Amino acid sequence: MNERHPKDEMLREDRIPHIWCSGCGLGTCLAAFISAVQDSGIPREKMCVVSGIGCTGRVAGYLNVDSFHTTHGRAIPFAAGLHLANPSLKIVVFSGDGDLIAIGGNHFIHSARRNLDMTVICVNNFNYGMTGGQGGPTTPLGSRTTTTPYGNFEFPFSIPYLAAASGASYVARWTALDTRRLIKSMGEALHKRGFSVVEIISPCPTLYNRLNKQGSGLDVLKRYQRDTVIQHGADPSKVAIEKEGKIIVGKFVDIERPTFLDLVKERLGDKFKGPWEKLEPPEVPLEVTIPSADE
Amino acid sequence: MKEASTAEKPKYWRTPLDLDKLKIPKGKLHLIKERCKGCSFCVEYCPRDVLELSLEFNSKGYHFPIASHEEKCVNCKLCEMLCPEFAIFCEEVETEVEKVGK
Amino acid sequence: MESESDVLAGEHFLSGNEACAEGAIAAGCRFFAGYPITPSTEVAEHLAERLPEVGGIFVQMEDEIASMNAILGAAWGGKKTMTATSGPGFSLMMENLGLGVMTETPCVLVNVQRGGPSTGLPTLVGQGDMMQARWGSHGPYEIIALSPSSPQEFFDFTIKAFNLSEQWRVPVLVMADEVVGHMTEKVTIPEQDSINLVARRTPRVSPEKYRPYEPDEDLVPQMAIAGTGYRMHITGLTHDRKGYPVINEEAQGELVQRLVDKIRRNRNKIIEYQEDMCDGADVIVCSYGISARTSLLPIEKARDEGIKVGLLKLVVVWPFPEERIDRLAGNCKGFVVPEINFGQISLEVERCAHGKAKVIQVPHAGGGIHDPEKVLEAIRRAAA
Repeated sequence: MNERHPKDEMLREDRIPHIWCSGCGLGTCLAAFISAVQDSGIPREKMCVVSGIGCTGRVAGYLNVDSFHTTHGRAIPFAAGLHLANPSLKIVVFSGDGDLIAIGGNHFIHSARRNLDMTVICVNNFNYGMTGGQGGPTTPLGSRTTTTPYGNFEFPFSIPYLAAASGASYVARWTALDTRRLIKSMGEALHKRGFSVVEIISPCPTLYNRLNKQGSGLDVLKRYQRDTVIQHGADPSKVAIEKEGKIIVGKFVDIERPTFLDLVKERLGDKFKGPWEKLEPPEVPLEVTIPSADE
Repeated sequence: MKEASTAEKPKYWRTPLDLDKLKIPKGKLHLIKERCKGCSFCVEYCPRDVLELSLEFNSKGYHFPIASHEEKCVNCKLCEMLCPEFAIFCEEVETEVEKVGK
Repeated sequence: MESESDVLAGEHFLSGNEACAEGAIAAGCRFFAGYPITPSTEVAEHLAERLPEVGGIFVQMEDEIASMNAILGAAWGGKKTMTATSGPGFSLMMENLGLGVMTETPCVLVNVQRGGPSTGLPTLVGQGDMMQARWGSHGPYEIIALSPSSPQEFFDFTIKAFNLSEQWRVPVLVMADEVVGHMTEKVTIPEQDSINLVARRTPRVSPEKYRPYEPDEDLVPQMAIAGTGYRMHITGLTHDRKGYPVINEEAQGELVQRLVDKIRRNRNKIIEYQEDMCDGADVIVCSYGISARTSLLPIEKARDEGIKVGLLKLVVVWPFPEERIDRLAGNCKGFVVPEINFGQISLEVERCAHGKAKVIQVPHAGGGIHDPEKVLEAIRRAAA
């Protein structure tokens, strides 16, 4: 069949099928993101996606927009520079739990603190998938991973709590199963002014779920169906995820807070010159002669 | 969620007043076989049980779904939203308004 | 884009760090992301005040790693960008310097060197990062690094660094040192229109035909800016001409060879040095940064003693002027390389002399400039 999938226009079709495993939730997260962008009315040219390293980080390579696949943990500062150089761009950081919260943790909290105007989509599969299933900052207590063969000794972060405490203006969590609400939430996050975080709980059937005997991707989705509780406005300090038990999802934080650039404008007053607000595409230069390299 | 019966006409415990204006959409399924990785999300979560995994497989060895009850598809697009592989989508098929009640 | 008043044309009495900041503004830099570290902090402080006046943006990031990444991101957003740091921050920036090299992102990284290793001497001079400038990041690559010896040069070389980075699409390092950064001297800032600036080559083809890493004849690809409709994919993974990651030997061979050739084969347009009486000299003092300046007195004294000594002052330290050293080595008795480290550029001089002349190091652990007597002794030994 040669029909085009309705989402193909936002994908780099020569890169599909993607590298993610059968039953991995990342494809679903990407599909939801594409739906959200298609519905949002944001012009495609203004969309920039920045990702880090890891399975989720590969998202940038599949999206047919200006996309940047940066180093491990550093998607957020790269996106910060991109945003401040051209505030008319819509910047989305799309990366995984290990990338954003462990090595990138410092950048996550500071960019939330500054309330930089960008959207961060964090896909949480509770381990480092790309490198083979090691434990990470969101691995639940007692879970088995390749670096926690006796069960994880460490308490995990609760990403909504971290984001809310750092000052994010929109914090939501959904599972990969709950696609309609996820699309709506991503749409809200894209339109939100300020630092918005959407955490997506996603299966990792090849690694985390297999090592913890949780079955296939489908079995994990069934677990989400059984255990998910929607609590909009829940206290972010009380939404931690354990190895078994309830998963609290919903929109936890949605506040109005001045963004970094709002405060810059306020402080600088009339000193604030804005030539860098308006980016005109650079003129195509006239005929140039290019000297060839030596030899 | 109430299970719809396999009969064509749904049974109502109370007939809605605008039943004669009610139009149940119909969907046509499209499957891009080669992209499928056999995860079965669509098969499991189709609310109308339209899909089942076929016995054939694609060139990568995955069993892809087929629409064994395509006439029941109502274009809810849940399969399209859940599919991680961009392998399945449905489009609305124009039908005349069916009179589903008296 | 800049208004008339952006460049403070005229004569000023500036410290090296301030001159660097003004040089960046004169070069068109409108984004700075940095982190405070002695002895480079004044660059950041000066730009924190000046950049908003010229329509730019200054942000102090949470660490040097974030600073390096922010300047890469802002470069893709269309700005000329810079950061400034010293030894410990320089080490932190290394991974992402590699990202800049791999993605061919123009930006400038100023390292006002201090005594090291580790926390070392925050307030005193060192020149111990010169080899790190060349090899600090992992993997095979080529880089451009300049080294100023005075505040005026710090101003001029910062502009030069921006021009080189835009032309060759590579991060360029300005390897200054604490003495040059903190000394105050007269700096003449020319009028804006008399400053020659280079801007990156933007695409000459439509988005459908554009390949982000398709090189032109000089091995430099055209650079699209984010948000102008080119929908490019930029990655630090080894990639093909479309920018897509390709993990195999052929792609690596094609890409990394070109990245290295881009600098090596164009080195005659990049390498720059200043010579004083090197032709016919018996001894050549080869140095850079503050050590080039402090060699002037011993050279004068040596000439008074009758030794024919020349000075080869490196403006661009990397790529290293291999052919010039080789030629000079054939005609002189020896090189003297004073530097505030235990032998880094002197190793390059030795390598490029190919045994034709002796190379005498004048090392210094750091914390101060060279004692002229020690350099003079070395010159005498070289002449013998």
